[in-house]
Amino acid sequence: MKVDLRINGAVRSAEVEPRKTLLDALRENFLLCGTHAGCEHGVCGACTVLIDGEPVRSCLMFAVQADGYEITTIEGLAPAPGELSVIQDAFCETHGLQCGYCTSGMILAADALLRQTLSPTREEIAEAISGNICRCTGYGQIIEAVQFAADRLRKANTPRPHHGVHAAQAEHDAPVEGVLEAAEADEPVAEAK
Amino acid sequence: MKPAPFDYVRPGSLAEACRLLAADEDARLIAGGQTLVPMLAMRLARPAKLIDILRLPELAGIRQEKGAVIVGATTRQAQAERDPVIRAAVPMLARVLPWVGHPPTRNRGTIGGSIANADPSAEIPLVAVTLSADIVLSSADGARSIAADDFFMEPMVTALRHGECVSAVRFPVWSHKRVGVGFFEISARRSDFAFVSAAAQVALDEEGRCIDVALGLGGVGDRPLRLDVSSLVATDLNAASVAEAVNAVLAEVEPTSDLHASAAYRRRVGVTLCIRALEQARANAAAISRESAR
Repeated sequence: MKVDLRINGAVRSAEVEPRKTLLDALRENFLLCGTHAGCEHGVCGACTVLIDGEPVRSCLMFAVQADGYEITTIEGLAPAPGELSVIQDAFCETHGLQCGYCTSGMILAADALLRQTLSPTREEIAEAISGNICRCTGYGQIIEAVQFAADRLRKANTPRPHHGVHAAQAEHDAPVEGVLEAAEADEPVAEAK
Repeated sequence: MKPAPFDYVRPGSLAEACRLLAADEDARLIAGGQTLVPMLAMRLARPAKLIDILRLPELAGIRQEKGAVIVGATTRQAQAERDPVIRAAVPMLARVLPWVGHPPTRNRGTIGGSIANADPSAEIPLVAVTLSADIVLSSADGARSIAADDFFMEPMVTALRHGECVSAVRFPVWSHKRVGVGFFEISARRSDFAFVSAAAQVALDEEGRCIDVALGLGGVGDRPLRLDVSSLVATDLNAASVAEAVNAVLAEVEPTSDLHASAAYRRRVGVTLCIRALEQARANAAAISRESAR
């Protein structure tokens, strides 16, 4: 069957058997191999992708079912080739990955969470990644990575002062912390009690 | 590719889906696929045809009627979890949904899918039985309604006939002002299958006396059980009367024994969880102030 899928903002077409999972189609037809094949029956979360912004298991969905949705894979998160998204960068900084097998799923699960809230509690982060198994880190650094990313995104979203024309007023409006401080904050945030 | 080959069809109407299903012994319905696709991947299921009903408009949506909330079969679990109508009118369903799978499986898994799957330890069937919900079944001949208690027969076995499709679940809404729910379960890890689960709903009058109570027990037998604790009506649900009523009904239950938990363990935990669920339901109902209840 021919399918037209909207993946990372672009329409891609392929001829697939109905039994081909979205996971296999992403990897084999579209060469988006950042989506990992783990258990292939819905337990491990390595194959997580975003469907209309919500994390789902691409191994539990057939490619022929996936038309009409906005599909986002890990390849769709980076702002430009060779760059990392804030969450990807946070995983590197806090050592939130070791072998990397679960990482694309973890980052997409975190991405969906941080679209809902930039101030998640530790419990909300644990719940958001509860469907993703990591066998290396013990999850502590992954939670730290999500907290770190949330912190940076919070600061980056603080309104910037208007420099130039109305400098005096801008100074008055300037937030205590801004983008520069966020960029300079290379220390991971302390874990919330 | 792990599943065996099959044909895939996506009919445009429920009537067409039912006709296709009735015409082919080896056809299966698929909606969220969160249970069926693993079965296909392990080749425990090998249907010749999959009929995709997920996008049928007739099966979608949550609507409130007099005395009931009707949840379309393809309502995704995540959608139901945050739906304001369900949270207000069927709080027990909202309360258990975080225990159903994980966020990613709830994003695709449906209410009707969990009902049709009839896992004896599943939370959504437990709520349906505890609240005496009706399951609406559609076929090429029309629709019929069946009490949840009669729908669930054995593990993974329901009263669904060949060519029928679960199209909605009708949850009764209690009209009392002070209604509270409680839910507890024991499993190896969060979101895993419950060894024992208990759900309770309690309505209190202005003086804090029980005017209605429903109690259900999951994971202990072939299907979820509704337990008759109507002896608690008109009591103030004090610890002694709750314990007495729960012990009396649990004495009638014969729990299953398996690798995970013995029958004796399930009975002991069942008593404890039923008592806790009733107490939590009472406390939640009591927290609704008498003023706002007037």
